[in-house]
Amino acid sequence: MTRLKYMGKTVLRLLTLLIAVSILSFLLLEASPVDPLTAYIGTDSTLSEEAKEEIIRHWGLKEPPVTRFLKWAGNFVCGDWGESITYKKPVKTVIAERLKYSLALMLAAWLFSGILGYAFGMLAAVRQGKLTDKVIKTFSLTLQSAPVFWIGLLFLSFFAVRLGWFPIGLATPMGKTAEEVTVFDRIYHMILPAVTLSVLGTGKTALYTRQKFIEILNKEFILYARARGESTGQIIWRHGIRNTLMPAVTVQFASFSELFGGIALAESVFSYPGIGSALTAAGLGGDVPLLLGIAVCSAVFVFAGNLAANLLYLVLEPRAGSFV
Amino acid sequence: MEQKTKQEILSVEELSVSFSMYQKGLRKGNLEVLHKLSLSVRAGEILAVAGSSGSGKSILAHAILGILPGNACMDGRMLYKGQPLTEKEKKGLRGREIAFIPQSVDYLDPLMRVGKQVRGVRGTKERQRELFRKYGLEEGVERKYPFMLSGGMARRVLIASALMEDACLIVADEPTPGLSERLTEETLKSFREMADAGCAVLLITHDIDLAFKAADRIAVFYAGTVVEIAPAEDFRKGKEALRHPYSRAFLEALPQNEFCPLPGFQPYAAKLPKGCLFAERCRERNEMCMGEIPMRKVRGGEVRCVHAR
Repeated sequence: MTRLKYMGKTVLRLLTLLIAVSILSFLLLEASPVDPLTAYIGTDSTLSEEAKEEIIRHWGLKEPPVTRFLKWAGNFVCGDWGESITYKKPVKTVIAERLKYSLALMLAAWLFSGILGYAFGMLAAVRQGKLTDKVIKTFSLTLQSAPVFWIGLLFLSFFAVRLGWFPIGLATPMGKTAEEVTVFDRIYHMILPAVTLSVLGTGKTALYTRQKFIEILNKEFILYARARGESTGQIIWRHGIRNTLMPAVTVQFASFSELFGGIALAESVFSYPGIGSALTAAGLGGDVPLLLGIAVCSAVFVFAGNLAANLLYLVLEPRAGSFV
Repeated sequence: MEQKTKQEILSVEELSVSFSMYQKGLRKGNLEVLHKLSLSVRAGEILAVAGSSGSGKSILAHAILGILPGNACMDGRMLYKGQPLTEKEKKGLRGREIAFIPQSVDYLDPLMRVGKQVRGVRGTKERQRELFRKYGLEEGVERKYPFMLSGGMARRVLIASALMEDACLIVADEPTPGLSERLTEETLKSFREMADAGCAVLLITHDIDLAFKAADRIAVFYAGTVVEIAPAEDFRKGKEALRHPYSRAFLEALPQNEFCPLPGFQPYAAKLPKGCLFAERCRERNEMCMGEIPMRKVRGGEVRCVHAR
């Protein structure tokens, strides 16, 4: 019963979130100087005034915003997400095509930043106050404060241009047909953007894990473990990981929002054909249907991250188990 | 057997512990919390270390186990079974021959099942089950997490942990606060059983009543040092049998006696008086109290007071 109630609540929460996000995005676009007509026909169009009137009437741009929003929302729910002006394709197709690239990129970056950040954080906590700790701390703070696009440009100019180790951009080699592209090609093209994207998360996770483990190390049960003859290694293995992994994973899931924000920049720098570069292009081109579609998708994505964190917590944390 | 019960398991000689810490801004200073403390425990005996809260009793336990924090500095000597007990020795002995019984369930990892914790890093499942049966813990308890245990169960779990391996010395730090009378009795009974089995038990407590009931000898702790060590029966006999004015005041303050508290406070570790640490509050104080006060043997006990006869 409680489980059913929890699920019901979750669905309700997702629905209210989606409604709120779509209304807010719509309002923001409404208030912005984006003019769908100009975006569609271009600024130096030679179209006659009558033809323009025709388009405006066809799109219903003269109607009040509420009517337009409801019309869009109704179509959206029925599966018609509109046509992307930038890509001249249905929004759904654009998002579907690009989402798989972005998901792979985000997953790689997410795993990379999680594993690396956690390891660094644990190491720093064990060596608290020593040189290793100071180096990791400084490094993490620097990484956390550096803008993603700047890091991306640095990586690009150093690893791709100077050293020539990685491709300069795109998700597949140029001049190859889709059938010729191998999995390794895709991975090879993904490494640099993924590393760039993970930079932000690595520092954050490292600092958080460090803080958490230091807190745990000062707990009485660590003292007791030492009194019972456990070595530092045994303490890390038996108590450290057990008590820090859950919080770290939770924070990692909660970082989905930053991950999504990060791809907009990272993908643009590396001309990576994912959601992020589509978002940038849609923003620059005043592509209202695509912007709205991506906004709703990003809300679902971030919500899923937070939900995963919550569920994992309920499953893995014995003290919370009684509430499920 | 007689020989075995006499063997001195742990002997602490003139132990001082100080912490280096920042005082007033960036000036680093040393704060001495234990001063030239001496005591010893023999096999088959329970020695209670009794003193008021905040007098540094737990530091003594941590010093014996070698789990003081990094900014602590130790001076003096410890002998274990007649051999010097260095930090390296402690590392090898703790958990094996020297067992620690902590205060509360907070000393258990909240995310580890009880059975696994009791077994520790070297214990076997057989031994753990045997101990659980002995202390009336159902088999299901080993699958529980610490937060699911009642106070009494937690107590028994901690005692069982101490007995996982063949401990010769058991250091129990305030093992009974918050327990019901029945559970306290039960806990003390298990300490007696451990002593009868040949262990030396060091029972650290602020509860002098408990010390009377459980211990063979009582070491009275004041301001970071032991002022008197006497057989427990001397405390039962009344204050005339005791040697140190603080021990006598301790007795007078009990509800079942005069219920008359001693005025004043323990001196703070950073502002210790010269000479006798108790002098400020002592009725018998005179100029002899200003010098170095050694531990002396008086009437079958030991005392750190120049007036004791």
